[in-house]
Amino acid sequence: MTVIDYLYSLDPAKLLKNLPGGVAQGILWGLMALGVYITFRLLNVSDLTVEGSFATGGAVAVVLITGGGPQWLRALFGASSGQFPTWAALLIAFVVGVLCGLVTGMLHSYLGIPAILAGILTQLALFSVNLHIMSMSSNIPVSVDKYELYVSSRYVLRSIPIAAVIVAVIIGILYWYFGTEQGSAIRATGNNPVMSSAQGIDIERMKMIGFALSNGIVALAGGLVAQYQGFADVNMGRGASVIGLAAVIIGDVASKAIFKGHINFAVKMTFVILGGIVYYAVVILVLWLKLNTNDLKLFTAIIVALFLGIPYLQSRKRESFTSAAKGGSGNAET
Amino acid sequence: MLRLENVWKVFDQGTINQKVALKGVDLNIKDGEFVTVIGGNGAGKSTLLNAVAGTWPVTKGRIFIDGKDVTGIPDYKRASMIGRVFQDPMLGTASEMQLEENLALAYRRGKKRGLGWGVTNEERKLFREKLAALGLGLEDRLTTQIGTLSGGQRQAVTLLMASLSAPKLLLLDEHTAALDPATAAKVLEISDSIVREEKLTCLMITHNMTDAISLGNRLIMMNEGNIVVDISGEDKKKLTKNDLLQKFADVAGVQEETDSVLLS
Repeated sequence: MTVIDYLYSLDPAKLLKNLPGGVAQGILWGLMALGVYITFRLLNVSDLTVEGSFATGGAVAVVLITGGGPQWLRALFGASSGQFPTWAALLIAFVVGVLCGLVTGMLHSYLGIPAILAGILTQLALFSVNLHIMSMSSNIPVSVDKYELYVSSRYVLRSIPIAAVIVAVIIGILYWYFGTEQGSAIRATGNNPVMSSAQGIDIERMKMIGFALSNGIVALAGGLVAQYQGFADVNMGRGASVIGLAAVIIGDVASKAIFKGHINFAVKMTFVILGGIVYYAVVILVLWLKLNTNDLKLFTAIIVALFLGIPYLQSRKRESFTSAAKGGSGNAET
Repeated sequence: MLRLENVWKVFDQGTINQKVALKGVDLNIKDGEFVTVIGGNGAGKSTLLNAVAGTWPVTKGRIFIDGKDVTGIPDYKRASMIGRVFQDPMLGTASEMQLEENLALAYRRGKKRGLGWGVTNEERKLFREKLAALGLGLEDRLTTQIGTLSGGQRQAVTLLMASLSAPKLLLLDEHTAALDPATAAKVLEISDSIVREEKLTCLMITHNMTDAISLGNRLIMMNEGNIVVDISGEDKKKLTKNDLLQKFADVAGVQEETDSVLLS
């Protein structure tokens, strides 16, 4: 096949048709990225729990919606017979995600395990836990024909506004929360733990709350993504932390390019969602170009590595031994 | 106000790096005393301050603040009683947060941090007044990110934060050492006026003997983990730099002592 043949085989109409799906997925994964943002940017730690808690959220939501779960819980929401309310399934997913985060927080605070390792341990444990939640099957389908779901890839154009509203509400809540006394204390802990302790903040407790909130949101996003794709899968969280980072970083770069100076916190969070949308738009583009889907994760890792590395390389360019040897960059007087 | 009874601190106990930093320190500081602390490197000055602040538990001995035994209480729980300023201007403030947010964090020291607003309008008014008193023009920059302020400005803000919630004790750990001389003088002046106005009890470590003599109403010198000189009252007022050098020479057992050793 020649290049010309290849170009002719690309159908612009198909790209246009697939883009809305990318937007819907981008919003939902952007919500997941908001959870990553809380730990990565606000708490200043890398939490890998998300790879497990994302699938946990999906598993919990789908199991409850499809008629599983403990009887007392179903009775509590008046669903002993009939469908478990979708909103309640998402709420429970959030709560279970909070518990996942608490486990990581406790491993970190009480046992002194470095945050990144604590996250890896919880994530590994969650793989087994998730299988238990799903009664030992690795994949549970949830059909939009049989159950009331908020979002579904079958009804993309209806899903986008619903997903957007859910995300907007959560951004609103987070904006409020991180403006409160407690939220400020969490941000201070991530920014300067020494100062926070001196100001009477229990930094271990604040980290615990941060891990919990982050994973709660990630699990909630997992519950929504499972609905959208029509199944919960034990492996659905694989790579979630990197995709979350990609969205956070793309959002960062974009917001700094558009706004000069101080950026409002709500705007920053909105750009994380936009980062998710951009990421999935690129994924759709890559697939449209008929690249192998199996290479997506490789592709994602390369993009994130580049974005993480660029600030470092830029600083090196300004100040390096190589340029010093050549007599400096020549703008010492500016 | 502050009482230390036979306080010992051993770092890395039982290892090859073992270091006994405090060797049974006894100290009794009265309400309203402003104590300057001097001594050579490794004399235990910072260790003393950290022991009082509760950065880590002491190895032996007891510490009382305002009659309350705080030996078993970690730093963040002692914080309601203590204001701290560190040597590194970057350490005392949260650089990515706004000036008013930093002040509000300090204002809530010792109080429960719930779901009320992080900064209220009433507080903004108070902060503006307090900042104006510093004379650095910061009162109109409440929403400025702290990271954009200079080291001296940040240290002045940290001082304000340390005194904001009426602590019983102010701990200053060489808080002007990283500043240029003019800024250092300004920050010292602010420190002195805050201590006077708020009638704070204060412990200040300094490497500058002139400051140690001119500021405060009591001076202690540390050497090898213990307090070796303790001067207050009229004796402190009459103290000269030469006296201090001689005392240090006596203590350290060195004849020809110079500034540089004491100040190193």
